Amino acid sequence: MDEATAGGLRIAVLVKHVPDAQFDRHIGGDDLTTVRAESILSELDEYALEAALQLVEAHGGPAAGHRVTAITMGPAAAVAAVKKSLQIGADDGVHLTDEALNGSDASATSKALAALLRHLGAFDLVLTGMASTDGETSLVPAQLAERLDLPQVTFAASLELTAAGSGWTLGARRDNDTYAETIEATLPALVSVTDQINEPRYPNFKGIMAAKKKQIQVLSLADIGLQQDEVGLAGSWTRVEAAAPRPPRSQGVVITDEGDAGVRLVDFLAGQKLL
Amino acid sequence: MTTVLVFLDHAGASLAKSERELLSLGASLGEVTVALAGDADQAYLDGVGSYGVQEVHRPEAAVSEVLVAGKAAFLDATARSTGAGIVLLGNSYEAKEIAARVGVRIEAGVITDVVALAADLTATKSDFAGSYTVDCRVTTDVAILTVKPNSFEAVEAGLPSPPREVRVPVNVPATVARVTGRVDKPVSGRPALTEARVIVAGGRGVNGDFGPLEDLADALGGAVGASRAATDAGWIEHSAQIGQTGKTVSPQLYISVGISGAIQQKAGMQTSKVIVAINKDADSPVFEIADFGIVGDLFAVLPQATEEIRKRGL
Ligand SMILES: Cc1cc2nc3c(=O)[nH]c(=O)nc-3n(C[C@H](O)[C@H](O)[C@H](O)COP(=O)(O)OP(=O)(O)OC[C@H]3O[C@@H](n4cnc5c(N)ncnc54)[C@H](O)[C@@H]3O)c2cc1C
Ligand SMILES: Nc1ncnc2c1ncn2[C@@H]1O[C@H](COP(=O)(O)O)[C@@H](O)[C@H]1O
Repeated sequence: MDEATAGGLRIAVLVKHVPDAQFDRHIGGDDLTTVRAESILSELDEYALEAALQLVEAHGGPAAGHRVTAITMGPAAAVAAVKKSLQIGADDGVHLTDEALNGSDASATSKALAALLRHLGAFDLVLTGMASTDGETSLVPAQLAERLDLPQVTFAASLELTAAGSGWTLGARRDNDTYAETIEATLPALVSVTDQINEPRYPNFKGIMAAKKKQIQVLSLADIGLQQDEVGLAGSWTRVEAAAPRPPRSQGVVITDEGDAGVRLVDFLAGQKLL
Repeated sequence: MTTVLVFLDHAGASLAKSERELLSLGASLGEVTVALAGDADQAYLDGVGSYGVQEVHRPEAAVSEVLVAGKAAFLDATARSTGAGIVLLGNSYEAKEIAARVGVRIEAGVITDVVALAADLTATKSDFAGSYTVDCRVTTDVAILTVKPNSFEAVEAGLPSPPREVRVPVNVPATVARVTGRVDKPVSGRPALTEARVIVAGGRGVNGDFGPLEDLADALGGAVGASRAATDAGWIEHSAQIGQTGKTVSPQLYISVGISGAIQQKAGMQTSKVIVAINKDADSPVFEIADFGIVGDLFAVLPQATEEIRKRGL
């Protein structure tokens, strides 16, 4: 069966709205949760979106019936991550938002996202970033694969799809410390991608204009059939007890090389008992 | 006494430092049982036994040909059959993912990147790229913790002794990704980045020639790391990358060479004990976090330092 008859791909890209790392980031409030001012689309999720767009382009483009949906979970402002994704090229968006989600750890986040994906119906591919730049745990993608019973292809440094029979197979490369692996799976599957996989594009004027007409579906916990206490702080299996900013490193001595800096470096190391 | 299940993977000829740290930490928390995913020879198993481990559990089915899900199913089965209260893993991407899936399977909280642990299991980790210190706790009966190397003392082990082997039946899920090929990367003979006491890291300023950095690293018994600019250029293996999307390291000494100090680079190294920076641009942000900075040409400074170390017979 050729690609046209294999049917359009439905791709979900999970995008998170995170505090911009270019500014000081803080933990605050009674619940010690992330302060979400000055937030942006997590730059590591841009690689997942770019991967989705490239897969569509490699297999006949939007005309072939493929669809890329950008999905976020977070407070009202988090919709900005979806809007940016629509400007970059996603076809439509979904925003799961509910007061009760506040303070969700990885397990509660993956529970909510899994329920959301089930509610939205059949996706061929769920794409995520390698880590959120605020949580930085990389737990969510593996937990989603577990909860949705999907093949897990995480930390993909390359990704391709091939039409096979009435479905698709997926090939990926994954780099570990001491070896590299090639991975195969059949769709539907969950894939997280690293920043090695591509060079994300920027939104252009045409994309920004087109995004205004794209649909964003806003859903609450009740819409996806979850109770309030299944997520958020109440539904989390870990709890933050204390958080303190680390004192900034104070600048030490800076010397300019006058031909003896190598020796002075060794003097410094000897003084610090580092030799 | 609490049963502490320590997950070990990729057994080498002998126990790695990070594995000894895990076993020592485990022994300080309760009675340690090991879940070993792969094959190991007798010397390795005897080494495990020298930490007082009586039982090593191994999967009946091959779990490594399936990405993550197989090992997670194995660790899940072992956690249940041993009644473990604490599950300890290393901190590699794969270990975190195994922890993630087991957490869902046995409904246990997971804390990653643990650098300290109190008697009541309050775990300490860094957040926001090392700019916050956070204490957190698992609220479920079982705690799953992935532990950063170099954070706990590897206590001297006892006499080697063979632990009992227990075979664990594993139901590998049907919906999995398969590993169809595995290519080993060349080994350098230098310490692993996450375990090294000293790291010499190079960036775009190295301009393709890591030779002077390798010489200094060898004189100091250290490892060689890199910025993304250097790994992207193909001058060095991607696994050498330090930073947000590379490794997070906290050695005693980090020597940053020809690296400007972008936020994503700092994310991986700013918890190092002592930071030395060598850069020819006095305005480089890396100097803001350096204990000792040298404004100069790396190709002049490094060889002189290496020679001086050798001259002093250190
Ligand atoms: C999503 C994302 C993730 C990223 N993840 C990482 C990461 O994990 N790790 C990482 O490092 N970066 C990461 N980056 C890239 C990061 O933003 C910087 O681009 C990168 O760190 C720059 O590398 P550099 O300092 O080697 O190069 P440059 O910024 O080009 O700096 C080179 C420096 O070398 C100095 N120099 C040149 N010649 C000499 C000489 N002869 N002697 C002494 N000094 C010399 C120059 O003065 C300059 O300061 C990431 C970026 C993004 C967008
Ligand atoms: N609140 C969220 N909304 C959408 N996607 C998320 C959210 N949290 C995590 N993800 C996805 O999961 C990936 C890994 O996140 P983490 O496990 O938090 O490091 C991110 O790169 C996102 O793709």
